Parts: sequence; structure tokens; C-alpha cells
Amino acid sequence: MKYKSVFDIMGPIMIGPSSSHTAGAAKIGKAARTLFGKEPNWIEIFLYGSFAKTYRGHGTDVALVGGILDFNTDDQRIPDSLEIAESKGIKINFHQDEAAVEHPNTVRIKLGDGNDQLELVGISIGGGKVEITELNGFELHLSGNHPAILVMHNDRFGAIASVAQILAKHEINIGRMEVSRKDIGKEAIMIIELDENIDSYIERELERAENILQIAKIVD
Amino acid sequence: MFRNVAELISLTEELELPISEVMIRQEMEVYDKTREQIMEQMEKNLLVMEEAIDRGLKGVKSHSGLTGGDAVLIQKYIAEKESLSGTLLLDAVSKAVATNEVNAAMGTICATPTAGSAGCVPGALFAVKNKLNPTREEMVRFLFTSGAFGFVVANNAFISGAQGGCQAEVGSAAAMASAAVVEMAGGTPKQSAEAFAITLKNMLGLVCDPVAGLVEVPCVKRNAAGVSNAIVSADMALAGVTSRIPCDEVIGAMYRIGKTMPSALRETAEGGLAATPTGKALANKIYGIPVEKE
Repeated sequence: MKYKSVFDIMGPIMIGPSSSHTAGAAKIGKAARTLFGKEPNWIEIFLYGSFAKTYRGHGTDVALVGGILDFNTDDQRIPDSLEIAESKGIKINFHQDEAAVEHPNTVRIKLGDGNDQLELVGISIGGGKVEITELNGFELHLSGNHPAILVMHNDRFGAIASVAQILAKHEINIGRMEVSRKDIGKEAIMIIELDENIDSYIERELERAENILQIAKIVD
Repeated sequence: MFRNVAELISLTEELELPISEVMIRQEMEVYDKTREQIMEQMEKNLLVMEEAIDRGLKGVKSHSGLTGGDAVLIQKYIAEKESLSGTLLLDAVSKAVATNEVNAAMGTICATPTAGSAGCVPGALFAVKNKLNPTREEMVRFLFTSGAFGFVVANNAFISGAQGGCQAEVGSAAAMASAAVVEMAGGTPKQSAEAFAITLKNMLGLVCDPVAGLVEVPCVKRNAAGVSNAIVSADMALAGVTSRIPCDEVIGAMYRIGKTMPSALRETAEGGLAATPTGKALANKIYGIPVEKE
């Protein structure tokens, strides 16, 4: 079942006007920010389907950028996010893409700074609920409803077991897990939804494990 | 965890509990939270709803200028004239409109289940409140009952206009409100389900055709229609009227209708009222597109 909580239906508390086009967009923007881990200095946003047709009317643009600025769905600064981003010197471009997409409310966000960049695809499925369906070329299904960690690793035997072992040692339960790779033996990603947030020392321990390249933490 | 309305109703009968209580207990179990935590979280939603209504009844205007001020007009009419449809119904309409006018003005609201349909549940609740004089806890319970039905719709069909049209948004919201009105008025869980079915049946096929893509025209007035439908259907169910098509099958019908609805009628602003000459002219005016370039 996609919706598990009564508060997915009754809520969120948000700045109008649209739960899918404003609140959902802010959540996708915030997921991009959390995964990137810092403020970017350039943002390219590609809108598809209903997002592309109606983004200005629904404030999808200000909501996406608000999320990337780390604002929550009920943050009163959302309507002014484009001006706030401009004053910080962040370069933003919006593109309306005609390509056919599976879900009507789809957005692709590319962002970065001088050193790093990130690309993700998010969909807004209704009532402010979202899913991240692609991250840096990897397909995934991340709801953002539970604390989660993303583990970039080499596609080698034992990499998954070593992560599971460290979590087990610290008595952290895995709620859901997904593995995706670009090709056999190449870079791969683990998405692990947990019942609780992990402390940073566990994060560091995971990072030191063999074949583990990078850890990103997502907290809702 | 209940998956459909039939399971929800049989749970209430088996445990001899109201719908709101079944929803509260499920939430406690799934998220391992205390009753206090859950009630407190819902109380916050109630407060946001109340504040949005207050703000809307004082009068707001959206950035586009398309909506705002109608809630004030309706309240003034109730106070000064003898209305035809009655004070409670018009009060509900004004409060639903107030909420969606605040939403259109980028104010703070609680999505129930979505922002575009956020007026139905609070509109019904705060109008019925004046007649039934519920406690604060009973008002919070109203939101759990609404949520229980919305939960079933979201998991078996959809609640967004982009996926299923307005029937999925305002249709669901109105039906949720209707079921909760029945519980607050002392009806049985089964009567709540009948009210839900009757309301949703009467909103089937409703398309999502926002002018200029804004959640304003016709969304604000659709919430007025939704809340009226909700209260009338609740009265019908309380009178003993039943739906010939069971609740879960009505939800299934809504889903299949949404699936066959063309994309132009699902929140793309390409069909329906958005595609009328006036709808297009308003869009051009709002986005500053000169008419000759059309």
C-alpha cells in the first residue's frame, strides 16, 4: 500500500496552492538538497507532463527552489524563494520538456557547485506525497517517508553483507532495501530504509567498510 | 491494516468502535506512537484549518486576482438576508470557500487530502460544529474519520487531479467529509460508508480543468459544491437512505473513470473551462502574453 499513515491524507500543513504541485515539489527539492548535502550554486530544472504545463500557476517553480534552499512545505519564505536564491547568487534555469513520461507530475533536477553535481528524478503522486525514481542515473524507489541511507559502493560480493552486518551490530533494523547498478562490476547503489536515524559514528564506520564509496543520509 | 471500506466497517462492528477509533489505533500500531502523540499531531491540523477559515472570512485576494472575497460575501448574505438553502449549508459553503481562497493566495492550509480540495473537510466540520456543539476531541476525531476513508481511496484509486481529475480530489474530499459528519451526528459506521458512497457517486466524472493552471477557477467553487453535497448526503444516510452500489465499488468506478480520462482534463489546463475563450484570455492576461501572438 502506497499510503500508510492517516497523516499522508490529513496533511501536510503547507503553503498553497497545490499539494502535488507545491508541497510535493518542495519535498522533491528538499530531497535533492539533502542528498547533495550543501547549497548548490547552479540549478537546472526540467519539468514534464502537468508540471510542465502549469508550473507557474501552481508555484511549482518557487516550491522546487524553496526545497533546494532547505525550506519545509509550510515555510512562509517559499513564495519568495526565487528572489532569495538570486540574492545568494544561485543560477537557475527552468525547462519545459515535451517528452512523454510515465507519471504526469515528473521533474528532473540537476544541480551542483564547482566541485560536485547531482541529478535526480522525482514524481509527486498526490496529497504532497513524493517518490524519488532516479538518482545519478540509478533507478530507485525512495519515498522519503522513513529515515534512509544511500550507499554508493563497488558492485562486488560482500559489499551488501558488510553494510548489513554493521547495521545489525548497532541493532538498527532495515525496513526496506533496494540495490541498483549501472553495469556488472561497476558502481552500484544501495537504498536502505531504516526504522530510526543513524548516528554519524555509524555513518563513518559504514564509509570505512571495503568497497563502500560514499554514504548519504536522508532524514524526513 | 484495513485495505478497503468493507474491512474498515467490519472492524468497527467486530470491535464495537467508531471509525475514528479504528484509525487512531491503526496509526498507533503502525508507527509505534502513543495516543497523545497522534491526537496532538491531528490537533495541529485542526488549528491550521481554523486559522485558514478565520483568515478567509476576513477576506483575501490571490496574486492573479481571480479569486478572493467570496467567503465574505456569503457570510454577509447569511447575516442580512433570509437564505434559501439554509444557514448551516451556506455557512459550510462560506468556510470551504474561505479555506480555498487562502490556499489560492499562497496562505497556510492543511491538505485534506490535497490542497485544491482542502475546503471540504474543514468547511463541513466548522459548520456542523455550530449545530452539534462537539468537544475539541470530537472535532479531532472528525479528522480521523475523514482520514480513514481518504486512506482507502488513496490506496485503491487516487487523490490527485493530475491522475484522476477533480472527482479524485474534491470528490474524495467531499465524500470523506460526509462520512465524518455522519459519525459526529451519531450515525453508525455503516451509515458513514453510505454517505461516502452517495457523495462520491454524485461527483464521478468531474474533470480537473484549472484556468491558467491555477488552483482557483473553478477549484474554489468546486469545494463549495463538494461540501454541500457532503452535508446533504450525510443527511440522506442518517435518514436511512442507502447506496445501491457498495462504497468500494464506487471507489473502483472512480478509479476506472480517472484512468480513461484524457490528459487534457487532468490538471494540464488544456481542456474544459481552461480551454474556453474566457479561460484562455485570462491565462494570457495573467502570464502577460499579448493577444495577437496567440
